[in-house]
Amino acid sequence: MRKLVVGWILIGSLGFFILPWYMINDGFLSFSWLLEYELEDHASGIIFGLTEKKWLLPLIGPLIFPLILFFFKSSRRTYANIFLISGLIGFFYFFFQGYAIGVRGWNYSIFESLFGEIDRQFGIGIGAVFTISTFIFYITHGLSSRGWLNGDNFIVGTIWLIIILVSLFVFMPILSMLDRAFINSEGVHNLVSFSDKFINKGLWGLDCLVTNVGCGVVWNTLIMGALTALSSTFLGLGFALLVARTNFKFKRLFKVLSVLPIITPPFVIGLAIIILFGRSGAVSTFLEWGFDVERSRWIYGLSGIWFAQTLAFTPITFLVLIGVIESVSPSMEEASQTLRAGKWQVFKTVTFPLIRPGIANAFLLGFIESLADFGNPLVLGGDFDVLSTEIFFAVVGAQYDESRAAVLAIILLSMVLLAFYVQNQWLGKRSYVSITGKGDSGLYAELPQSVKNFIYFVVVPWGLLTLVIYVMIMFGGFVEMWGVNHSFTLKHYINAFSVSFDEKIGLHWTGTAWNSFSTTFWVAILSAPPTAAIGILTAYLLARHNFIGKRAFEFGTMLSFAIPGTIIGVSYIFAFNTPPIEITGTGIILIISFVFRNMPVGVRAGIASMNQLDPHLDEASATLNANSYQTFKNIILPLLKPAIVASLVFSFVRAMTAISAVIFLVSARYDLATSYILGRLESNDYGLAIVYASALIVVMLITIVIIQLLVGRRKLGRRDQYFSLMQGNTG
Amino acid sequence: MKKAKVEFKNITKKFNETVAVNNVSCTFEPGTLTTLLGPSGCGKTTSLRIVAGLERATSGQILIDDEDVTILPATERDVSMVFQSYALFPHMSVMENVSYGLRMINKSKEEYTEKALNTLELVGLKGYQDRMPSELSGGQQQRVAVARAIVLEPKVLLFDEPLSNLDAKLRRQVREDIRSLQQSLGVTTIYVTHDQEEALAISDNIIVMKDAVISQQGSPRELYNFPSNKFVANFIGDSNIVDATIISNQQNNYEIKIGNKTFKIQSKLKAQSSPHVSIRPDKITILKSSKDNDLEGQIESVSFVGGSMQYKVKTSIGEFYVVQYDTENTFKKSEKVFLNFSSESIKLLSD
Repeated sequence: MRKLVVGWILIGSLGFFILPWYMINDGFLSFSWLLEYELEDHASGIIFGLTEKKWLLPLIGPLIFPLILFFFKSSRRTYANIFLISGLIGFFYFFFQGYAIGVRGWNYSIFESLFGEIDRQFGIGIGAVFTISTFIFYITHGLSSRGWLNGDNFIVGTIWLIIILVSLFVFMPILSMLDRAFINSEGVHNLVSFSDKFINKGLWGLDCLVTNVGCGVVWNTLIMGALTALSSTFLGLGFALLVARTNFKFKRLFKVLSVLPIITPPFVIGLAIIILFGRSGAVSTFLEWGFDVERSRWIYGLSGIWFAQTLAFTPITFLVLIGVIESVSPSMEEASQTLRAGKWQVFKTVTFPLIRPGIANAFLLGFIESLADFGNPLVLGGDFDVLSTEIFFAVVGAQYDESRAAVLAIILLSMVLLAFYVQNQWLGKRSYVSITGKGDSGLYAELPQSVKNFIYFVVVPWGLLTLVIYVMIMFGGFVEMWGVNHSFTLKHYINAFSVSFDEKIGLHWTGTAWNSFSTTFWVAILSAPPTAAIGILTAYLLARHNFIGKRAFEFGTMLSFAIPGTIIGVSYIFAFNTPPIEITGTGIILIISFVFRNMPVGVRAGIASMNQLDPHLDEASATLNANSYQTFKNIILPLLKPAIVASLVFSFVRAMTAISAVIFLVSARYDLATSYILGRLESNDYGLAIVYASALIVVMLITIVIIQLLVGRRKLGRRDQYFSLMQGNTG
Repeated sequence: MKKAKVEFKNITKKFNETVAVNNVSCTFEPGTLTTLLGPSGCGKTTSLRIVAGLERATSGQILIDDEDVTILPATERDVSMVFQSYALFPHMSVMENVSYGLRMINKSKEEYTEKALNTLELVGLKGYQDRMPSELSGGQQQRVAVARAIVLEPKVLLFDEPLSNLDAKLRRQVREDIRSLQQSLGVTTIYVTHDQEEALAISDNIIVMKDAVISQQGSPRELYNFPSNKFVANFIGDSNIVDATIISNQQNNYEIKIGNKTFKIQSKLKAQSSPHVSIRPDKITILKSSKDNDLEGQIESVSFVGGSMQYKVKTSIGEFYVVQYDTENTFKKSEKVFLNFSSESIKLLSD
């Protein structure tokens, strides 16, 4: 214990006395300051404190105060209180000075009148992070010494760490977004400004009912969500029945297809639709040539988005529904049959009612996915505006109106959260399907003919269409120019991924895609370990420990999963553009956004596998002298390996394919593959976009296969569980 | 090994509103094996976990060797436990499992290896140190779990239904092994089970629990021969619980009436005016005729179970369950019979 305390005091001192206090220009983690040390940029907290930024000086007090415990004997209670009080003072003073002093000195005029003018503040750097970590340790050490949670330092520390991280990177951005919604163009808080932007014809207008003018964005979004949810649930159900209940020969192929959306950047379907059905698309050309069907722009607008989203999200509803259908016990259908029910009656009175909650669940999921989708509406939207794209244009477009973006984001967030709430609270309790693990050796009843017809005449062709779309993506890059010149070429590949060899420089990455590709790859690689770590730690706390506020803790950690990426992106801009945490434009913000967006999946994976671990293992370890940290390290972690790998893979894949959040956060220096592709699309460079997208899909397929081979498929847990981790809002 | 005394002083454990252990006080004597016996949900496992430090008592005190350990977490108590599921770490070899506790307190490699090997030999698993738990049979896994617990030479050794995952034949063998190991080590042991036969066979003392309180405690013989209440009479062995009437009562000497017959019995219990008594099924003899005012009845059902005959006999004061070891001269259904039992076989109950 003493070693731990000394270690943390050293870390804090290192942070305050030696390391650069503020963010340095060439990146948070850069070590260039070691080589070219300049006092004015790279000074430590103490040096700044002694010179122009005197407000940093008081931090020294709480930082070194606990040292007195080494000189005086104290009771356990005094010991605990000294740590707790030092930690709290340091912690709150740190954030007080961080938020009270901004880029123009005092943020609030009241302080200026009290303390006079003051120098400006920069974003916090590595030194400040070390120091604040030590204050957090003081608090948790104090609490555990006071007997919190059986005096378990590791547990108390982990809980606080996660609470603080989630508050900073999930709640704080959302709150600053809410705050921004009330700020008018002069930068003053104003309720009128909010209501002006909220009660707006552009949002709620119903003109489309009576005239040719489009409806409000909110209605557009709702219509899009409902249509997509309906069609993808319908088709997903068809696929699930096809795979689970028929002897269709190629049904395994459909199972494989269902994995594809996970590794497909969300807008790629839209892209494929353009090159197939667009004005110069392959199908349109064929129809004009063969049947004199005039080329049209039908794919731009609601119909196109609906089409693309249905293609993209059907596999997700399929995964939900197949799980439900497969867990219906065949003995119930057998019972129904022995009670003289015919095929159609069995389906109508037993099978369908049993899977109905699953269908509702799939519908809501499809709805949420559709609302959160950003890529397809952006590519195919045309004049049809939906909330996710409107938010984007409100921030990056010519209208640049942050508070409008915030208002739109709040509306979108409320709709999605409501849907999530319904899904979790209402449906969660209505499931008839119970997984008992008990063997049930019955035979499923045969499907009625009408359902079979639907499957063979609607579902199978749709499956083929999906297949064609992916074939297009894979081979579309080898064509000179769609609709104009269909000769074979490698020029797009060369353009994107060429490598040349120079005797002087050596290997030279000349392709235009390499820069964003390597950034994407490294950001994805770097964000995976912290995602898995925080996810698994949180799962461990939730599954194995009881503490006050556990429900709120759980809600907070799962919240970011429900928030559409667009909203995360916008809120991160609002929250992290100014000190104390000034990280927009860096690679760090990309990593952080991925970590907190994908963390809930790690939590789910962790809880799922933790529930399969006998809790007696932890207890056995505890009775064998191991403290909770040792138990976590020696018992839990090794046994959770499958869950850890699953969340590593998942966060890697999601980071490679995500677009909605990162499109707000990329910068010239840190551009990501998806936003680069989108940029190429906007300048009608379809060849390059397709080449790049297919390369991404292949890279991820290879990664997943390699990891599967390394870890072994069986150890990754049950199939449906693995897939259920993989799905989520692909926005 | 150390012999420690364990004491419960008014221990209460609540889970939200549910009371799992209700104001229990008892003593586990040094070096003995005490069984906590009772049906599921009676609080026996919770009591055991309170000794281990895996649950914290809501109120009351727990003392080990007169030291108050009530708030000490499991890690800091000198107590080891053998779990119902064994809880062997599946990713560690037998050696790693057994030496785990020693490694956690940073014993040197020589020390923990030697101790682990010795302990494995003690439980009869010499040569198995490199196996993984999944490569062992149920009985072997169980012995690894025991070895892992005793290698730390704990003050108190706890067993939570250690035999419930073994098949019936193996159970008898393993419980004898546990008993002889416990006696040779002389470690204070607390053993939880719901199987009364297991408890009778293995224990120095038995504490019968029901509904979160102690129903009766004593040696196996005391409990079987002198159950003090209906629950214990029924739970340990089979009993016929019969209504009786007290005719006279002079300091422990009772004259009671069952049916039309009076008996003189001795009991230390304070009985009610119309108490229940317990009569073991094999202490009753079925007679074709009686001159002795014996209880008259009619055979309701007859079962042959190999070594004995089981009868249900309907009488004016209720149905009797009777075991007769004579399997040749049997009684037929509906036959009129008389039930004969001695005064010594009648046990007065307090409720």
